[in-house]
Amino acid sequence: MTPFLSPLDTWSSVGALAPELSLALTASAIVLLDAFWRGGLGRNALLGLATLGLSISALLAVPLLGVNTSAFGGALAVDGFAIFFKLLLAGATMLVLFASTELLDDTARHRAEYVGLLLFCTGALMLLAAAGDLLMAYIALETSGLSIALLAAWNKRDVRSTEAGLKFFLLSAMASAILLYGMALIYGLTGQLGLEAIGREIAGAPSPSLLLALAMLLAGVGFKISAVPFQMWTPDVYQGAPTPVTAYLSVASKAAGFAVLLRVLVVALPSIQADWSALVAVLALATMTVGNVLALVQSSVKRMLAYSSIAQAGYVLVGVAAASAPGTATDRAVAAVLFYLLGYTVTNLAAFGAVTIAERVTGSDQIASLRGLVERAPGVSFAFAIGLLSLAGLPPFVGFFGKFYVFWAAAQSGLLWLVLAGLINSAISLYYYAQVIHDMYLASLPDEVATERLVQMPSAHRFSLAVASLGVVLFGVLSGLFFGLQEVAAVTLSR
Amino acid sequence: MSTVLNIAIWLPLVGAGAIALLPASRGSAARWVAALTSGAVLVLSVVLTVGFSRVPLTTKTPVTVAVPQFATQMPWIPQIGASYFVGLDGLSLPMFLLNALLVFLAVLVSWKVAVRPRAYFALVLVLETAVAGVFSSLDLLLFFLFWEMELAPMYFLIGVWGGERRAYAAMKFILYTVAGSAFMLVGILVLYLNAPIRSFDLTYLGSQSFPIAVQALAWLLLFVGFAVKTPIVPFHTWLPDAHTEAPTAISVLLAGVLLKMGAYGLIRMNIGLLPEATQYLQLGSMLAILGAINILYGALVAMMQTDLKRVIANSSVSHMGYVVLGASAMTPLGIEGAVFQMFSHGTITGLLFIMVGLVYDRTHTRNIADLQGLAPRMPFIAWAFVIASLASLGLPGMSGFVAEFLVFMGALPVWGVETSIAIFTIAITAGYMLYLLERVFFRAPIPKWAHLGDANRLEMATVSVLIAVIVAVGLVPSLLADVINPGVGPIMAKYVSG
Repeated sequence: MTPFLSPLDTWSSVGALAPELSLALTASAIVLLDAFWRGGLGRNALLGLATLGLSISALLAVPLLGVNTSAFGGALAVDGFAIFFKLLLAGATMLVLFASTELLDDTARHRAEYVGLLLFCTGALMLLAAAGDLLMAYIALETSGLSIALLAAWNKRDVRSTEAGLKFFLLSAMASAILLYGMALIYGLTGQLGLEAIGREIAGAPSPSLLLALAMLLAGVGFKISAVPFQMWTPDVYQGAPTPVTAYLSVASKAAGFAVLLRVLVVALPSIQADWSALVAVLALATMTVGNVLALVQSSVKRMLAYSSIAQAGYVLVGVAAASAPGTATDRAVAAVLFYLLGYTVTNLAAFGAVTIAERVTGSDQIASLRGLVERAPGVSFAFAIGLLSLAGLPPFVGFFGKFYVFWAAAQSGLLWLVLAGLINSAISLYYYAQVIHDMYLASLPDEVATERLVQMPSAHRFSLAVASLGVVLFGVLSGLFFGLQEVAAVTLSR
Repeated sequence: MSTVLNIAIWLPLVGAGAIALLPASRGSAARWVAALTSGAVLVLSVVLTVGFSRVPLTTKTPVTVAVPQFATQMPWIPQIGASYFVGLDGLSLPMFLLNALLVFLAVLVSWKVAVRPRAYFALVLVLETAVAGVFSSLDLLLFFLFWEMELAPMYFLIGVWGGERRAYAAMKFILYTVAGSAFMLVGILVLYLNAPIRSFDLTYLGSQSFPIAVQALAWLLLFVGFAVKTPIVPFHTWLPDAHTEAPTAISVLLAGVLLKMGAYGLIRMNIGLLPEATQYLQLGSMLAILGAINILYGALVAMMQTDLKRVIANSSVSHMGYVVLGASAMTPLGIEGAVFQMFSHGTITGLLFIMVGLVYDRTHTRNIADLQGLAPRMPFIAWAFVIASLASLGLPGMSGFVAEFLVFMGALPVWGVETSIAIFTIAITAGYMLYLLERVFFRAPIPKWAHLGDANRLEMATVSVLIAVIVAVGLVPSLLADVINPGVGPIMAKYVSG
């Protein structure tokens, strides 16, 4: 039990908001500078400014570690959990930006707006992970949702991309309407918006309207994390959006979605944990199974990764369901979820970073076009293979440890059946991951392209890919170390 | 000495790293790095074996040797009770040595690999570390980690360098194993959750006595994982494909050491950790029946094959049945025999696969019907093949005989019918092995194979090493038995009361 500091006054609250503020300022500066600079900002200038902004944001977040308080009258939580997500999101955004070759090319249009929007969205996701009341959660969710809808439609001359943006926008509007309804119900039942205040108000057996509110909350956030049955948009949007945006969507947006889900369930609804744990467990089972089974039959590598990311969300939900047991079990499960998200982030960034290049090399997003890729792009194939093996959960990569911690936590919370289901699902998933590796390494290059050479990739992209693959190996090998850090972050949530 | 063990586990991974740093133009240097690394590991393993405290089989006094030996225990992930804990005992040391021996020989056998040699030898070395880790881990999480670490290298080794249907075989291999290990991991978690202190420490878990229901659940879950790997019929169908499609050296490793991982887990965990379930819930008798089925079924299927390599692959299924039968007997001689058979089968099958590889290298066919009268063309290969076959069918004076004899002695008093079936099957084994020899080597030579030559010096040396080991262990069984014995005592101590 860490002692809880008194809430910050308004002026100190601004300091607690510094990471998000610095991102918003950087984003505005980039867009304005680009507008007034002769000829606009170049690729390197954009990347440099964005890196600067993200680094400042991360640096400002670090001193907040261990503060454990709330700001703006409880609207913003300042705890290890929130800081963890701020750092994760800043890092992920940086890697996505570096890998955004196609969107930052000299020929690309609206480059500054792309960078600015990405930074805005990251700021919103940081707020989402730190939201201390329902209103803040809703505003942050909407801000990030709007940015993502725009980013998904970025290739506006591509029908698929515009379709992706529109689809995401419409479905996201519906999901947030449902979410808002759930929030309103909770407010009506408790008269409170603050998560901790709600947690104090709700006691005893759950009323039907509270259960309805719970279902609506799960549906609204379930959309964000693409849990089955709220996953319908995922494959189309993942396939249509520019690949770097897809990468961003699959890691940053999903991670923040899990952050708000965990915070609402653990902080605001601890008294009905048996109910939400059962619901989340069922969602987890459905999400893993549907994601994996549908991934088996995909022919587009981006759609395959979309279904894979649905399945991965299922594994994380196993950890969320495990966070229901009282006391240290919650810390354990939350720590496991955080570690999983960390590992999933680097792994998926490695995979999508490789897909971005592979698409440029082969000119297609079909799995079949990856045949013999190792001969055309050995480094990219290697990074992709590492990413896929990690997604499948093979050691010594981080994906193995992420899954292991989540299942370990679930087993201790009495969800052994879910663990077995999860492991069988991982075995199934290996088939479609290995199929891609098979095509890259085991199948021979089609004759007609044998002489083609690799498209030259900017060093920033190679750097991003190398960092992500290194993370996949290092976080795995040194997982004990990082798991300890996650635990520190987790304890602040459940106090 | 514990440092020696740690170096022996991790040195191959360092070697693999060194190979990865070689420039692409120096690809052929990779085999030298691999040979030096695996040779050094073999020397270290021999040093460990020499330094190991033995207990003669004839000792009547209770076993007092501390197990495990050469242990290292360091914190790894203290939050969940997992540690880096490695050491060797009588069950694991023979397997550890076998792995070092066969990997070294496999590198020599692969000397002519020309397709992406750097990747090939690096993967073989990664595989060596993974398997060495499986046999030396005394922490269940570490064990599982090494267990899974072996998959990806083997997938690529079969899938890239294998025969015609390599992609299919590689995929089947990896899916079967992963599906099995899913159950195994849940089994491990069941034990972990039901111990008073949450820990993956194998020696600690071994000192606990779990409720019978927990034992039964864990037993069955672990069994699925190990049964796929051993393999136990009906979980065996990946084996003929994988062994047949893999390149020669990889078949040697697959049959020689990878199958032993399953049998080792079965003895170490199902028999060693869960004695009541084995004894009172008829799970032991189920094992005995499955073992007998394995022996008979493998032999019958081997008899029907037309492909030289498939004969050997299916004979592996049959021979691993002896291990299962010995383990199921729950007697000191049975366990002793099972481990003896694991080592013996590793060397004999390794040798057989090498011989098949040598024949195939020259004739480029494995179809038995096409081969005829090769003995005059390649006398060394023919006679080595004869020796390997005789060892395989259990000729006295070679290791296979000792192993099978121990298994029968151990199992006959307990499982009369099953053991009788096993003894009877020796006749079938002798039948298909001798028939195979007769067709391939000893019919009238045909002109098609007139141009073929015998083994070169490197090949002769490789083959001779294995024959020497097989004969040495066969003539002086105490060389191996005294090493195994201290590992049997602690397991049997759990069965004495019952």
